[in-house]
Amino acid sequence: MKTIIRGTLGTLGLGLALSVSAGPVEDQAAFQKYYENKFPNTPVMDFQNGVYSILPEAREQWEAIEEFPPYEIAIENGEKLYHSKFANGKSLADCFGPEGAVRGQYPFWDKDRGMVITMERAVNECREANGEKPYGWKKGKIADVTAYMSYNSRGQAVKVEIPSDDPRALAAYEEGKEQFYTKRGQLNFACADCHMLTAGNLYRADTTSPAFGHATSWPVFRSKWQSMGTLHRRFAGCHTNIRANPYKAQGKEYSNLEYFVTYMSNGLEFNGPAARK
Amino acid sequence: MDRRSILKAAGTISAAAAAVAAFPRAVFAAYSEKAFKNPKIEDSLNELFGGNATTPSGDVKLKAPDIAENGAVVPIEVSTSMKADKIAFMVKENPNPLAIVADIPAGTEAMVKTRVRMGKTTQVTAIVSSNGKLYTASKEVKVTIGGCGG
Amino acid sequence: MSSIRIKAKERNGSVDVKTLMKHNMETGLRKNKDGSKIPEHWITDVTAESGGKTVFAAAFNTSISKDPYLAFAFAGKKGDTLKVSWKDNTGKTDSAETKVK
Repeated sequence: MKTIIRGTLGTLGLGLALSVSAGPVEDQAAFQKYYENKFPNTPVMDFQNGVYSILPEAREQWEAIEEFPPYEIAIENGEKLYHSKFANGKSLADCFGPEGAVRGQYPFWDKDRGMVITMERAVNECREANGEKPYGWKKGKIADVTAYMSYNSRGQAVKVEIPSDDPRALAAYEEGKEQFYTKRGQLNFACADCHMLTAGNLYRADTTSPAFGHATSWPVFRSKWQSMGTLHRRFAGCHTNIRANPYKAQGKEYSNLEYFVTYMSNGLEFNGPAARK
Repeated sequence: MDRRSILKAAGTISAAAAAVAAFPRAVFAAYSEKAFKNPKIEDSLNELFGGNATTPSGDVKLKAPDIAENGAVVPIEVSTSMKADKIAFMVKENPNPLAIVADIPAGTEAMVKTRVRMGKTTQVTAIVSSNGKLYTASKEVKVTIGGCGG
Repeated sequence: MSSIRIKAKERNGSVDVKTLMKHNMETGLRKNKDGSKIPEHWITDVTAESGGKTVFAAAFNTSISKDPYLAFAFAGKKGDTLKVSWKDNTGKTDSAETKVK
């Protein structure tokens, strides 16, 4: 597996040694540098806007939609859900504060439980801890609530941490990294193939977005879905597109992938929720 | 007295203006099946404006993408420096090409933005009604399906 | 709660209005999971009033996207009241009012 990753990284000109000396900080710097070189006309912070940071005509349409974005409806619904009382009288506000402005705290490595915790997982665990049924993971209420929370968190820095005193955290990061660079599915694509090596190229009628900035804008209202969806919904959709079996939303694979992909955007800012094609 | 019969009368542009001032609500475009559930744009225009003769004009500004990101939500804008009383928009390949007609009362800018649906690559046309005549601007919008957008 | 969201801001004697109306704008062509057709259901008319007069009106069909969006501008100023109403093909109506910022 390491040989494959090294090979891909070599092709990408990153020339990173996958030995002990290179680490996440170096990975992130090289990752960012790769995209800055590939798209020299895109200001660094603009990569938060996905494909619109590299495609002017699509950007115009996106800006027209942003005049009154469809996710505003989700934010309003989310606000109501966020403040509505559980049977025991509490609400999500008791877990996450009066405005849920906690996007910048996720994903994080939970040392006690030995796993990556995403914001969606935290929301549902708060519900369950208070005797409520969890929401679905991919769309509907979870997306509305996290839209509200993300909206209130806009501008928070992406600064995912890998605690140095727990080797399992680094292992989860490495698993996510491996996911990102490993080819899968009948079409035999890795995330890196479309979103790194050939980011900005056309795949039939779609231009692939740079992976740098991928994780900043969730949840997203996709025109294609005509609804809000979470990052794991998109991961699963992407895997289905390359004819690979999607993993379970909020399972280990996608949580570790989110951990890696978000880490790669360290230095950018959370700017969700967003409208996308 | 509706606007159609006023226009058909000879040399009565000023009478039409007076009629607009007197009965603003009656002259405003309202939904009608004849105009909006009609596969023939000529019939829709006849129904709305009492005529379907149009002239292309550089004063009609149409903003629409060359390639739509998503055919279900295509942002478009029509504006003009002419003194317009109505602005309409049509999507040629849609089953009912006339999509929207907007009234521009005195004091309102001759500008409309909206988002339209189109099922496939199509010509779109902005129509401005000004001083009893219809002016247009058209362009093609490509709609693509398929790719990794999934 | 109204289905209509309005943003109205003064810009030198003109009021820029953006409005988003929550409505599925069903074409009547979509089908339910059991194969039955979802009946057509769409906004047919929208009216905007301020200071006792109509400042904008529109009629449309299902060529307009789900959750119809309209933007227009009329002569007005901060503090004016703007009311936006719609009517759909089933006779249902809704309206919302806002003060120009």
